Amino acid sequence: MKRDPALLIAVALGGLALLFPLGAASWTAAPLSLALWLAMAAAAIFQMLRPLPTARAFGLLGIATLTGGFSLLKLVETGASGGEALALWTGLASLFFLVWRLLERASMLSIEHPGVATLIAAPLIFGVWLLYVWQMLVTGFEVPGVLLPAPSVIWSAILAARETLAADFVQTFIKAVIPGFFIGCSAGFVTGLLVDRVPFLQRGLLPLGNLVSALPIVAVAPIMVMWFGFDWQSKAAVVVIMTFFPMLVNTIAGLDALGRMERDLMATYAASYGQTLSMARIPAALPFVFNALKINSTLALIGAIVAEFFGTPIVGMGFRISTEVGRMNISMVWAMIAVAAVAGSASYGLIVLAERRFTFWHASFRKP
Amino acid sequence: MMTASTLLASSGGLIRRAARGTALPVAAILLLALAIWYVGTVFLNASVVTDQYQRDGKTVWTTGELIADTMSMERPVLPAPHQVAAELQKSIFGVKLTSKRNLLYHAWVTFSAAFIGFAFGNLLGIALAIAIVHVKSLERALLPWVIASQTVPTLAIAPMIIVVLGSIGFVGLLPKALISTYLCFFPVTIGMVKGLSSPEPIQLDLMRTYSANEMQMLRYLRLPASLSFLFPSMKVAMALAIVGAIVGELPTGAQAGLGARILAGSYYGQTVQIWSALVAASILSGASVGLIGIGEGWLSRHFGGQA
Amino acid sequence: MTTERQEDAVSPKSGGIPAVEVRDLSLVFQTADAPVHALSHVDLTIAKGEFVSFIGPSGCGKTTLLRVIADLQQATSGTIQVNGTSPRAARLDRAYGYVFQAPALFPWRTVERNITLPLEIMGLNKTEQKARAKRVLDLVNLSGFARKFPWQLSGGMQQRVSIARALSFDPDLLLMDEPFGALDEIIRDHLNEQLLDLWRRTEKTLVFVTHSIPEAVFLSTRIVVMSPRPGRIIDIIESPLPRERTLDIRETAEFAQIAHRVREGLKAGHSYDDR
Repeated sequence: MKRDPALLIAVALGGLALLFPLGAASWTAAPLSLALWLAMAAAAIFQMLRPLPTARAFGLLGIATLTGGFSLLKLVETGASGGEALALWTGLASLFFLVWRLLERASMLSIEHPGVATLIAAPLIFGVWLLYVWQMLVTGFEVPGVLLPAPSVIWSAILAARETLAADFVQTFIKAVIPGFFIGCSAGFVTGLLVDRVPFLQRGLLPLGNLVSALPIVAVAPIMVMWFGFDWQSKAAVVVIMTFFPMLVNTIAGLDALGRMERDLMATYAASYGQTLSMARIPAALPFVFNALKINSTLALIGAIVAEFFGTPIVGMGFRISTEVGRMNISMVWAMIAVAAVAGSASYGLIVLAERRFTFWHASFRKP
Repeated sequence: MMTASTLLASSGGLIRRAARGTALPVAAILLLALAIWYVGTVFLNASVVTDQYQRDGKTVWTTGELIADTMSMERPVLPAPHQVAAELQKSIFGVKLTSKRNLLYHAWVTFSAAFIGFAFGNLLGIALAIAIVHVKSLERALLPWVIASQTVPTLAIAPMIIVVLGSIGFVGLLPKALISTYLCFFPVTIGMVKGLSSPEPIQLDLMRTYSANEMQMLRYLRLPASLSFLFPSMKVAMALAIVGAIVGELPTGAQAGLGARILAGSYYGQTVQIWSALVAASILSGASVGLIGIGEGWLSRHFGGQA
Repeated sequence: MTTERQEDAVSPKSGGIPAVEVRDLSLVFQTADAPVHALSHVDLTIAKGEFVSFIGPSGCGKTTLLRVIADLQQATSGTIQVNGTSPRAARLDRAYGYVFQAPALFPWRTVERNITLPLEIMGLNKTEQKARAKRVLDLVNLSGFARKFPWQLSGGMQQRVSIARALSFDPDLLLMDEPFGALDEIIRDHLNEQLLDLWRRTEKTLVFVTHSIPEAVFLSTRIVVMSPRPGRIIDIIESPLPRERTLDIRETAEFAQIAHRVREGLKAGHSYDDR
């Protein structure tokens, strides 16, 4: 019977890890780690010899990965580090193969039992794995914090400075990104609707809109500061400009999306311009609109942060990043980045959820 | 022989055809934008000018005087287009071409970093894409990494990258190029993966009936098919590379580059300098993306694409 | 055959205003090379309650003629009356239902809401909409599918929904542009039978464009044979087949004769020549 090659490699590497040197530490001096590692090996061997169905395999592999992961983390705490601790890196490689199979099970689960939980399982595990490798490499190789801090260090920085970070978040995300995003997207959409009546303007705005999206818009930040002051208004203005054109271009393209046949159909019903627009053309344009919303959510956050590099009062995400960089307080910089990444992913995720709800009918959502 | 009436008739047709195309509408909107700019100049600068009049003790002025003065301020709220043009001309032709104060020098600094980043980003992206398309397991393994790489808000951490790299000895062009590379490779990878996988199953089957191997399929089918996906991605990548280079010039108070010029202008209140640097950056971006577009057009005509 | 002109035959069932009256209709449009005569001096009268097919190769103007009747295109010369008024007035009056070559259903609406689309546009109230939707769904034998989405239905079922939609506001005239062209022959036969049954029960006027000779002969009371370059009517055949028909009639000698006459007309119009 064919054994899973990946699990075989994982077990082999796991065994080697027990034999290889650990630098300053040793397996016998870290009984907890040893026990956890053996548990992981047992689980992996079991799954390899008697493969379980998807859900239970997912559970078993998950337990194996967790125990193995904790084992190595504890080992580093007891002093294993650097290139001499070959066992550590062999162990990490073994975990890699386990995680690979775990991720596979997660994707299969999301197909067999579709739902929100299984949908986010694979990306979540992948994210945690990335953080784990990061933590292991940084602590295992004792990388200086000024170069790249470990996730654990960043986490404590977040906790310690949470009021500052929250204030920065409010200044940038709540006061600049969200209003700018709404104003820019609405203005782009409405302009697209208005221009729909005037094909001459449409033909002019579409290429211009594409041109503008190639320009470094964020560089107008100093001018916005000059006009609107140092506070959030100038950053919101930058976001408005950045989000306007992608939405305009996509709205124009989307309003064109309804097929000729469907337009003729509405003509045979003697539907008015407004009826055709609201009942046929706007629904058909929604996939394009959501495409622009997704692009704009990224642009808005980055635009507001980078705009703050050009000048801002004493609070804000971009401000925090640039000043902490100047102070070489890199863990604080990463703390701010972590907040930005979470905010960015959350808003993107919200838009994706809304997209599913409103454009469920689009071909891209239907499994072939 | 062309009579006056046929000439008139044919020119009317020409104008009508231009109006139905894109050239005339684009030109019309650009002219409109220019007009709005001029009007904006007058309105935004008016209050500052009138304040100055009061301080000079001037109690009467004509509208013509006001308008003229709003367009020739030294530190305007909004410089007039011809002021920006004059500044551009001064900083390009008014200074020795080899001088470090020439705007072209700054543009070159920014562009060289952006272009190197762009080139490496493309190489990396295309190599990754070819690997992903040809090795099935790599798709599941690599693609999530590629997508995850973009959750890091690169532009936002540009300062940190510059400073950190600076502390271990990498300064100047390399860190900026690195940022540009990181920004570029994602659109190129995604675009190329889509492009390389775009051939229809029946086309792949055809190649198989010729017992073509993977290299031949790549060369004869996948690569040509992917060009129409590569070029739009390259345009996006080029624009990102330039923005990356500009933002990369901000943190360390760099002396050279368009981003540095904009920052310096904002520190010293030199509005017109900011605007001229902005216009230069826009021209640089627009021209680079435009060049790629021209290349795309030539290539697509050469390969029988439908223009 | 080419000298035979159309008979102004009005069906004895219902006299009065013909459903469609076309006199000397032409449609010419300019292209980069040369003017194209999509329709050239067409004369035709369609009486109420008839089932008329337009048949011919591509480019003969059959779809163009249908679209002119529907006011989706305008003729460049000649006159046309639909229900006694201009096509535009008939369209604004919602006097006809149009069925396209593809179902043209909106994927974001359920089957029921697709059918009530014209009713919403016309401003009917919700109860009336639902009642009519149910009635026409029963007519096309799709009663249980009201809540489904178009992509959950097969091609043939989608086209039936499209027909139901055209019937929902009860127009007297139905215009159909090769509605079954994209379907396979077995489903096509089935749908042809159902359409004929529908026509007999609802007594509407049907104008049907097709490029299938058996389909035209099976369905129609009158067959209009057209040919291209320029688009014109070659022959109009009054079908002697009884109104009550089943698919078996396609094996009779009479059927073959009519089909033969259609083919002769097409040959005369150079429809079988190489381009």
